[in-house]
Amino acid sequence: MSNDLQTKQFHTEIVGNNQGSAAQMNEVKSGPRIIDPVFTLEDVSVSYGKYVAVTDVNLQIPSNDITAFIGPSGCGKSTLIRTLNRTNDLIPGASVAGKVMYHDADLYDSKASAVEIRRRIGMVFQKPNPFPKSIYENVAFGPKVNGRPKKSELDEIVEKSLRGAALWDEVKDRLGASALGLSGGQQQRLCIARSLAVQPEVILMDEPCSALDPIATLRIEELMMELKKEYTIVIVTHNMQQAARVSTYTAYFVTEVNPLGDLRTGKLVEYDETKKIFSTPSDPRTEAYVTGKMG
Amino acid sequence: MSQTISLKSRLSPRRTLIDGAFRFFLYLSIFISLGMIFWIVSSLWNEAGWLLSWDLLTKYPSYDIDNAGFQSPLVGSLWVVGIATLVALPTGLLTALYLEEFAGKGNKFSRLIELNIQNLAGVPAVVFGLIGLAFIVRGFVKWGFTVGSAAAVIAMLMLPVIIIVSREAIRAVPPSYREGALALGATPWQAVWRLVLPSAIPGTATGSILAVSRAIGESAPLLLLGALSFVTFNPTGLDSPFTIMPLTIFKYASDSREEFQILASAGSLILMAVLFILNLIAIILRDIATRKRNV
Repeated sequence: MSNDLQTKQFHTEIVGNNQGSAAQMNEVKSGPRIIDPVFTLEDVSVSYGKYVAVTDVNLQIPSNDITAFIGPSGCGKSTLIRTLNRTNDLIPGASVAGKVMYHDADLYDSKASAVEIRRRIGMVFQKPNPFPKSIYENVAFGPKVNGRPKKSELDEIVEKSLRGAALWDEVKDRLGASALGLSGGQQQRLCIARSLAVQPEVILMDEPCSALDPIATLRIEELMMELKKEYTIVIVTHNMQQAARVSTYTAYFVTEVNPLGDLRTGKLVEYDETKKIFSTPSDPRTEAYVTGKMG
Repeated sequence: MSQTISLKSRLSPRRTLIDGAFRFFLYLSIFISLGMIFWIVSSLWNEAGWLLSWDLLTKYPSYDIDNAGFQSPLVGSLWVVGIATLVALPTGLLTALYLEEFAGKGNKFSRLIELNIQNLAGVPAVVFGLIGLAFIVRGFVKWGFTVGSAAAVIAMLMLPVIIIVSREAIRAVPPSYREGALALGATPWQAVWRLVLPSAIPGTATGSILAVSRAIGESAPLLLLGALSFVTFNPTGLDSPFTIMPLTIFKYASDSREEFQILASAGSLILMAVLFILNLIAIILRDIATRKRNV
């Protein structure tokens, strides 16, 4: 059923200018109707050179909520999340077709600045990547590159961000210590604090817990539930229970083997409220995946 | 019921032998390299150690053994290598940064530059001397036999080495630092300046020490640039005539009088001491830089 839907969308004419397509957005729908979405993706395909990593994605991501991308390896979910703040630009040969709208602005407009986009749309990576600096300097990095805050303002931002990431109590006495001395879970929360410090609207999380133990994972999940009050969160996860626990909406992707060769391409199968995806999915492939028969 | 377990080595005699032989050759290599240094220094010391005094550093080159010393060549060497380092280090580091961070990977132009730099690193030093003689001493630049010409040629000699080691050091900085910085809204330049460059400094420093050490012992190209002369005053600027330690040592050593040959050995000891001090300073600076990164 979702295949038919996608084919139909593929033939839908996309109106060129921004206003027109903003109006169109409400009609393009895959799964849930989302009011005032943060992201609207229309027929998005991402390629690396000739290799198409993910194709025909249509979905809308709501604000102040958690949206999860799940699916087997190679289904393009990481690629897709990286297109949402143009991190993929950094990979030579990467290209995006279709439309990626952030509110009513086209992220891939020639006038759009990737630097400004990434300030508004933060990212937390799979492997915690604290900078080889002190805890304080890690959090202060974003505000510093985005302006010249006063020391007192900076102190305030650092404390607020560390509190926001539930790390303040653990590190307040050693802000000058190297961030590399923190545990994996603490490092990941530091990376979250670091992105909070630039006051983004959206935080993209690319498998943020895959390198962490269950207790650290739980803490990050609790943190995400807390953060969604103020931020829009998109998370890629391999862990279905995690998607079920934290997200309100879930997009399920599959890997399709290209009939012309052995190239694999990711496709969006189903996008809906998480509770529907995990209880009564409309596509049999989704059902097989979430019930553990496959994947 | 207990079982008798033998933990005795079950390696065949052949493997034990190979293991032992390997260890032997490792120790032999260390012994050879350390032994050579020890042999050179101790024979120089035995021959001329008694001659060392501050007098040698205050007296200028002379045909009169009682008045002969090393002040002007020592100062000349420091001038030439110092200025060459001031020019080559930033230029080399920036070139490496450009090639690693900003030039398109695999782009034909940057591959051409790369090939040329590698070739330049292998060009005999005397060829650089000839180029300097033709184009800087005479040619259009016409700086004459001066400190400036010599520093320019030595800088050219140092550049390829500095570029190559700096590129290696920059390449060793984890890409996750750049990604993390860019995800916070840093511009590519900010990511490089605040993260990549500081992380690359220790590696760059090691390579630069090597380049400086080689430069201070370099004599062939400077032979062509007027360094083989009796200069009995210290350089005062880029346009001063100059002489250098290695060539003064050579001149003393080729004198038929035995006292001068001993004086040459004393000069070698001084040159080695200078080298040792420069390396020590560089290592201390590098350690400070490394420690600052790991607070």
